[in-house]
Amino acid sequence: MTAAGGTEPDGSGPLGFGPMRRKEDIRFVRGLGTYVDDIRRPGMLHGAVLRSPHAHARIVSVDASAALAHPKVRAVITGETLRERGLAWMPTLSADVQAVLATDKVRFQGQEVAFVVADDRYAARDALELIDVEYEPLPAVMDARRALDDGAPLIRDDREGQAGNHVFDWETGDAARTDEVFARAEVTVAQDMLYPRVHPAPLETCGMVAEVDEVTGKLTIWSTTQAPHAHRTLLAMVLGMPEHKIRVVSPDIGGGFGNKVPIYPAYIATIVAALVTGRPVKWMEDRSENLMSTTFARDYHMRGEIAATRDGRILALRVGVLADHGAFNGSAQPARYPAGFFGVFTGSYDLAAAHCRVTGVYTNKAPGGVAYACSFRITEAVYLVERMVDLLALELDQDPAGLRMRNLLRPSQFPYRCATGWEYDSGDYPRTLQVALDRAGYPELRREQAARRQRGELMGIGISFFTEAVGAGPRTHMDILGLGMADGAELRVHPTGSAVLRIAVQTQGQGHETTFAQIVAEELGIPPGDVEVVHGDTDQTPFGLGTYGSRSTPVSGAAAAVAARRVRDRARIVASAMLEVSPDDLEWEKGRWFVRGDPDQSRTIKEIALAAHSSLDLPEGVEGHLDASCVYNPPNLTYPCGAYICVVDVDPGTGKVSVRRFVAVDDCGVRINPMIVEGQVHGGLADGVGMALMELIAFDADGNCLGGSFMDYLLPTAVECPSWELGETVTPSPHHPIGAKGVGESATVGSPPAVVNAVMDALRPFGVRHADMPLTPAQVWRAIQGRPLRTDLPCH
Amino acid sequence: MTVNGTTRTRDVEPRLLLIHFIRDELGLTGSHWGCDTSNCGACVVLLDGTPVKSCTLLAAMAGGRTVQTVEGLGRDGRLDPVQQGFIACHGLQCGFCTPGMMMTARWLLDRRPDPSEEEIREAISGQICRCTGYENIVRAIRWAAGHPEGA
Repeated sequence: MTAAGGTEPDGSGPLGFGPMRRKEDIRFVRGLGTYVDDIRRPGMLHGAVLRSPHAHARIVSVDASAALAHPKVRAVITGETLRERGLAWMPTLSADVQAVLATDKVRFQGQEVAFVVADDRYAARDALELIDVEYEPLPAVMDARRALDDGAPLIRDDREGQAGNHVFDWETGDAARTDEVFARAEVTVAQDMLYPRVHPAPLETCGMVAEVDEVTGKLTIWSTTQAPHAHRTLLAMVLGMPEHKIRVVSPDIGGGFGNKVPIYPAYIATIVAALVTGRPVKWMEDRSENLMSTTFARDYHMRGEIAATRDGRILALRVGVLADHGAFNGSAQPARYPAGFFGVFTGSYDLAAAHCRVTGVYTNKAPGGVAYACSFRITEAVYLVERMVDLLALELDQDPAGLRMRNLLRPSQFPYRCATGWEYDSGDYPRTLQVALDRAGYPELRREQAARRQRGELMGIGISFFTEAVGAGPRTHMDILGLGMADGAELRVHPTGSAVLRIAVQTQGQGHETTFAQIVAEELGIPPGDVEVVHGDTDQTPFGLGTYGSRSTPVSGAAAAVAARRVRDRARIVASAMLEVSPDDLEWEKGRWFVRGDPDQSRTIKEIALAAHSSLDLPEGVEGHLDASCVYNPPNLTYPCGAYICVVDVDPGTGKVSVRRFVAVDDCGVRINPMIVEGQVHGGLADGVGMALMELIAFDADGNCLGGSFMDYLLPTAVECPSWELGETVTPSPHHPIGAKGVGESATVGSPPAVVNAVMDALRPFGVRHADMPLTPAQVWRAIQGRPLRTDLPCH
Repeated sequence: MTVNGTTRTRDVEPRLLLIHFIRDELGLTGSHWGCDTSNCGACVVLLDGTPVKSCTLLAAMAGGRTVQTVEGLGRDGRLDPVQQGFIACHGLQCGFCTPGMMMTARWLLDRRPDPSEEEIREAISGQICRCTGYENIVRAIRWAAGHPEGA
């Protein structure tokens, strides 16, 4: 175990990669972090949002006069206020538009209608009660499968030419070839499955403080954003302000998980409130607002079909998806991928053919879809393929581990171009699975299960093997609203040899201040404690797209490594002048350049840094100082993988599932800080247990959100989680400068099917093939009775 | 009330929640506001030595009583062993749940100096962490149990 073995960040530490305690922890354990809600500005006012109680209704009138008469109210902003400024609507990250404050209709429960600004947060809430909104309720579309029916209520009548609730059709793979393989296959299995709507629910909700400098007109915002630079650019476009007059600060962030990628309507309202009142304004949403209005995740209605030979060779996959995008298409993903990276549904297997068609629809639910550590929908893809493989194993009466081992890609097949065109960079899948099977004691588990079944006990063993595709991405085909997904990094070595690294991404808990210092330390051979990492402030850092999709290490981490190597190259020239030899005669070893064949003749980075700032006569090729920058445009995504094994016990009387063991073997390439990698995996495994067993954003037929608080939206606690058992294999990425792959979302992506496969395995004596998540006691009990529920509309 | 050893006197609205009093009136922002429904425990402080969810208590109810927050956890400029344990075992990531978790851990260790893993999990089961999967929080508290005088 690496935890507790770390060295102090300000001590001698590892000169590079290895377990190391986090530099950021000292402020957090003392309660001295600075989250958005901790920021107080002189004269600051407080905002609150009035939200729609209806899922679908026409707005007849909004009367704010009583609220404005409240002695502590300084302003009320309505849709009409914004319309006058051309701000009633804003673009989404999927090139749709979204109402900032509703002017014509409300389209989901919890939608923003008005914004009150008052002296304190309680008064702002009081004044919401004083706003009189007259609504004319309309029939709501709450079932995605009814959204395209003739006569379905039209949600987006604001969009010119929009005739129904259709958003997009997208397909990938070869339909004809896939049909051909299916027609000839000895065995085919089909299954409908829902990946229900869930919510990332970071412990810190979303919020902002906005302030306008009355002299310069410069807008500074402190906001819960995972993408400060992208937000600044978008705000410049939306507000019509020059980009250099906007500073976006992302201070300490209490978890993101994709929830803090979009720009939310209340951000715009907060900024307008600051402009209108001339005073700083803080808005912080409460938990219900967070769960009901900010970006959800999943809501994919999938039909999977798998084709195979009778003896268990997997041949093809055919998939149809109905994607519920809510009332506005606000998915945050590369523009040319309307279904995200769902196209890697071919998973970890060598398929002859594959095809998938996705249809997106509008419903009267909150917008979003791409969030909750999903790696742009690979969560849904992995769930689909890993459930289908288990169903095939059931059909063939084969062991699911053996079936996977037989069909996994072989190391010799890498780089591997899958049937839908993605080029997997590296992996040793059979070994990764074998390490997991060994760690779990798989044969012994099967023996135990057989013995328990004899006694009528329900024990299940579930396996999932996932392939991730992270680090978006190559700018020629990946952009968000035209912004290519390359990241900058700037490294400066001070005269005395310590350094400052400015990065484009920021941390919401991933530990960038530590791991990025370790990257520089590894490349330059200086202690990580001597490297300050600056992030989360657009005035202080180079442009980049932000922290999501497990992209920080694959993209910005590469940028940092390349910048450090450029510093090293510069240092070589300076060292050659110091040692009066040709640069070609110098060799690098961590921390110093030395003369080939005469290792005593050397100069350390510290010595070189001072010389680079001195009066030394520098040769051609260096101007002085040791600064370098890089804009890293990744040549490909990185493809982490993992093998997960879950063991559950099910109470046949109540349907309660207990996760007894969970073995997770991850291969994310080179590990910069194994302690942090393991922590990331732990968190994702808890997500998987939560989604598989507890978490659900459901609605009743009238459009009321049934998951609007933590009393209804259940998250796993320490008693639902087992002690995680981790393992690793290391297959470096061949195209990443340090061989690393992203890992932040691997466990969230890979773990849900392992849990569900385990529960289905436990229920095998009852002939249960499939039941949708979340596998609550009620759902499991119903499955045992042969009547699993549809979980997204529990009242139907 | 006495907060971290200092007497604080304020006139407050009857409805003011303790968490908002601590954060907004006293400027002690280490305790966090997370859910409003007593489910997440980001707001946990010790009231007369017992963990309470300060989002579900009126400030006035704490009048005349003793409140300890994360800012009062260290002693004489030294980190509490719980704080040291969280750093040593990577018991935190985003840090938002951390103060509440540590206050409950302190309470537990004051009563049970050598708790089992199960007892630790039970003690923090009223609190949510979205980052760590709880594994390293449990280890951090075990570490603190093993180092009662700190490192």
